[in-house]
Amino acid sequence: MSLSGRGQRSFAHWDEDSLTMAVEAGRQFVNPDASPDTLQLASTSLPFADRSNSGLVGEALNLDSSCRTFDLAGSRRSATTWLAQCLSEANGTHVLLASDCVDAKPGSESEMLLGHAAAGLMLGPADDKRPLIAHCLASRSMHEDFVDQYRMTDQRFDYRLESRWIRDAGTRKQLGSLIREVLKEADKAAPDIDFLVVPASDSICKTIARDNALEKAERPSVLEQKVGLCAAAQSTLGLCWVLGRAQPGQLVLVAGLGQGMDVLLFQVERTDQPAGQSMNIQLDAGELEENYCRYLGLRGLVSIDGGIRAERDNRTAQSAHYRRHRDLTGFVGGRCKECGQLQYPRTEVCVECRKAGTQVPERMAQSQGTINSYTEDWLAYTARPPLIFGSVHFEGGANVTMEFGDFLADEAQVGMNVKMAFRIKDVDNTRHFRRYFWKPVPVRPDGKDG
Amino acid sequence: MAKGIRDKVAIIGMGCSRFGERWDCGPDDLMREAFSEAIGDAGIERDEIDAAWLGVFFQEQSTGKSGLPLSQALRLPNTPVTRVENLCATGTEALRGAAYAVAAGACDYALAMGVEKLKDTGYAGLPERTRGSFEDLWQPNSTAPGSFAQLATAYARKHGMDMKDVKRAMAHISRKSHDNGLLNEKAHLRRRITEDDVLNAPMVAYPLGVLDCCGVSDGAACAIVTTVENAIAMGRKDMVVIKAMQLAPSNGWEISSANWDGAYTLTTRLAAERAYREAGIRDPLRELSLFEVHDCFSITELVVMEDLGLSEAGSAVSDVLDGKFDIDGVLPCQVDGGLKCFGHPIGASGLRMAYEIYLQLQGRAGERQLENPTMGMTHNLGGVPNRNVASVSVFGLHAA
Repeated sequence: MSLSGRGQRSFAHWDEDSLTMAVEAGRQFVNPDASPDTLQLASTSLPFADRSNSGLVGEALNLDSSCRTFDLAGSRRSATTWLAQCLSEANGTHVLLASDCVDAKPGSESEMLLGHAAAGLMLGPADDKRPLIAHCLASRSMHEDFVDQYRMTDQRFDYRLESRWIRDAGTRKQLGSLIREVLKEADKAAPDIDFLVVPASDSICKTIARDNALEKAERPSVLEQKVGLCAAAQSTLGLCWVLGRAQPGQLVLVAGLGQGMDVLLFQVERTDQPAGQSMNIQLDAGELEENYCRYLGLRGLVSIDGGIRAERDNRTAQSAHYRRHRDLTGFVGGRCKECGQLQYPRTEVCVECRKAGTQVPERMAQSQGTINSYTEDWLAYTARPPLIFGSVHFEGGANVTMEFGDFLADEAQVGMNVKMAFRIKDVDNTRHFRRYFWKPVPVRPDGKDG
Repeated sequence: MAKGIRDKVAIIGMGCSRFGERWDCGPDDLMREAFSEAIGDAGIERDEIDAAWLGVFFQEQSTGKSGLPLSQALRLPNTPVTRVENLCATGTEALRGAAYAVAAGACDYALAMGVEKLKDTGYAGLPERTRGSFEDLWQPNSTAPGSFAQLATAYARKHGMDMKDVKRAMAHISRKSHDNGLLNEKAHLRRRITEDDVLNAPMVAYPLGVLDCCGVSDGAACAIVTTVENAIAMGRKDMVVIKAMQLAPSNGWEISSANWDGAYTLTTRLAAERAYREAGIRDPLRELSLFEVHDCFSITELVVMEDLGLSEAGSAVSDVLDGKFDIDGVLPCQVDGGLKCFGHPIGASGLRMAYEIYLQLQGRAGERQLENPTMGMTHNLGGVPNRNVASVSVFGLHAA
């Protein structure tokens, strides 16, 4: 869907949200063996109001518990604002994950604009293992309570004002002066800019480019065609797209919008080829859903009767979760030092040699597995039947019975390779809680993995 | 080494309610129905029962906890009642408790009762249940058919078989049990079906269709046991005695280790080995006259034929298709219709199986009576293939 009736919008599966998407973005470049000093999670759709969302993401990424985690919430430009601040002042290594999963009211203009996505950046001093990709030449921020849209904290949907007013009285008017200030500070001219990232529809971006003599700058228009606008994640996503293809020396102008704006100017040092490849794969991956009613159902935008079986009580024993939270959220099993057997969950006594106290933690989230057995269960309740689950074998000898994610009907086969994805496992509608675990998703030959 | 209880305990009375969707009955009614038959069969007074064991699995949906439901339903004279639960082996566990008490000399007469009232949940299939506060955090919210369906995919891969061939054998199993169930007036499902009906039935959990699944039933079954000496003194004819009762629970190996291929049930193998040893059986195929297995799903019956040592590895499909386990085959299996058609009120099922062996050995099985059976076996598989409790029991005529 698009305003002109073309293109696609990405939307999260029923078992995805801004947390799971942030984990998926982060695990592509964050190495848990070299934990950053801080982790920032920028979003306007964090599932928890007073549970650390970034902390949960950090645990899923298996980061060291000394890593400081911050939720950057309450603003669509929280990612760019923090980016500008961090680049101007901070020392150390920092991870920024920007993830948003904002749903739109059926039939609204927002429904045609919004998409769900996550992207991330690592900031800090370069070294041999992490060479410099880009550095910031200048940045400017300004705040102005321009209410183009709003969502009260107890509401699900944005209330959005007239798009022409937003464009002419807001974005165009405000952005021009900030762009000029940044270019002046960096001693660059508008025609020098190679890429322009503005979190707005491509037609507005085009207008802004014309207003500011930036017509030569390439824009990530493909993101509008395949993703849509993804709120707090949009600028970071656009920057990642650019960094995956920009050449050394090229200049990138990035803006963040939302009750004011941030403008940052980057100079590229090297092409981030892994990010480019990942972006290309991600843009073409995913399951194409052409059934509008099913989309509404998966996003919970219409009430679907799950039958009496769906009344299952999914209360979480938080004390039980806390005892094993690292093993659960990080998918950490145990490797027996005596016999080498890998097992999940980690236990006191090895399942093979039965020796006690021999297991050392081993992260399984980054491992691939093989389907040993599976079924498509039409009796069990799931938001999208059938419930597909089975036993997965891991190198090292572990066998884990798991609920599968992203598999299409008739897709699973014994012997198929799977990789792990952090997903919502259960939703407790009585106590308004959701819990997470890892699910095997397909490793598809065309790279369009789950 | 322990000697076991072979030939120490006699069953002198058994009863079984009609199984099915008993909208007319609560669990107390079902227990009274089974007990009324058993106490009449035993020829003793209820006050002579020294102790009782009650087996029920889903107590939340039916009886509630403890031994009180049995004590109250039968208005026992404050007789000791112990409630036991071990998944689908619950009924057999009740009998094992009673038999051990008699064998130990603690009781002259002991009662084992199994009951389940499943059809008060308001929906099809088994009730939803927790697997434990930690397990719920990571294990799939699977159903029983979904869990057992995995035996089929793993079995087909292990033996390099086309699923269509495995499904044909599964269809034969279901059709056979429906044929047998027609001969049993207490059975839940009494309808003739064809193998094509099974193959074309709506899918529940691939590759299990709805006709690969057993009935979800209400029902109760019970047994009254005493010492062999006591039974002889009572002048019992065609006395049925317990030859073996063995149990093997998983220790977590199957669910955790890739060395388990998912295509067999380890616990069944272990329990069978122990039971054959206790009963002194060297060649089960020749020495047994009939047997009842835990055919919760057709694939379960197929796979455990090999686990019980009644088919060679990878041969169960051809053995089944050849009719080896049909009512007129080499070793009849599920003569009463099995879980598939007699039904599966979980807490009662182990005792229901024993009830069929008991009737057959005494020549009281009516239309489905086999010719001169002398020894029979029962098998329960509680839980799911990767985490379960298996029980194997052997019953025989006293002289056998």
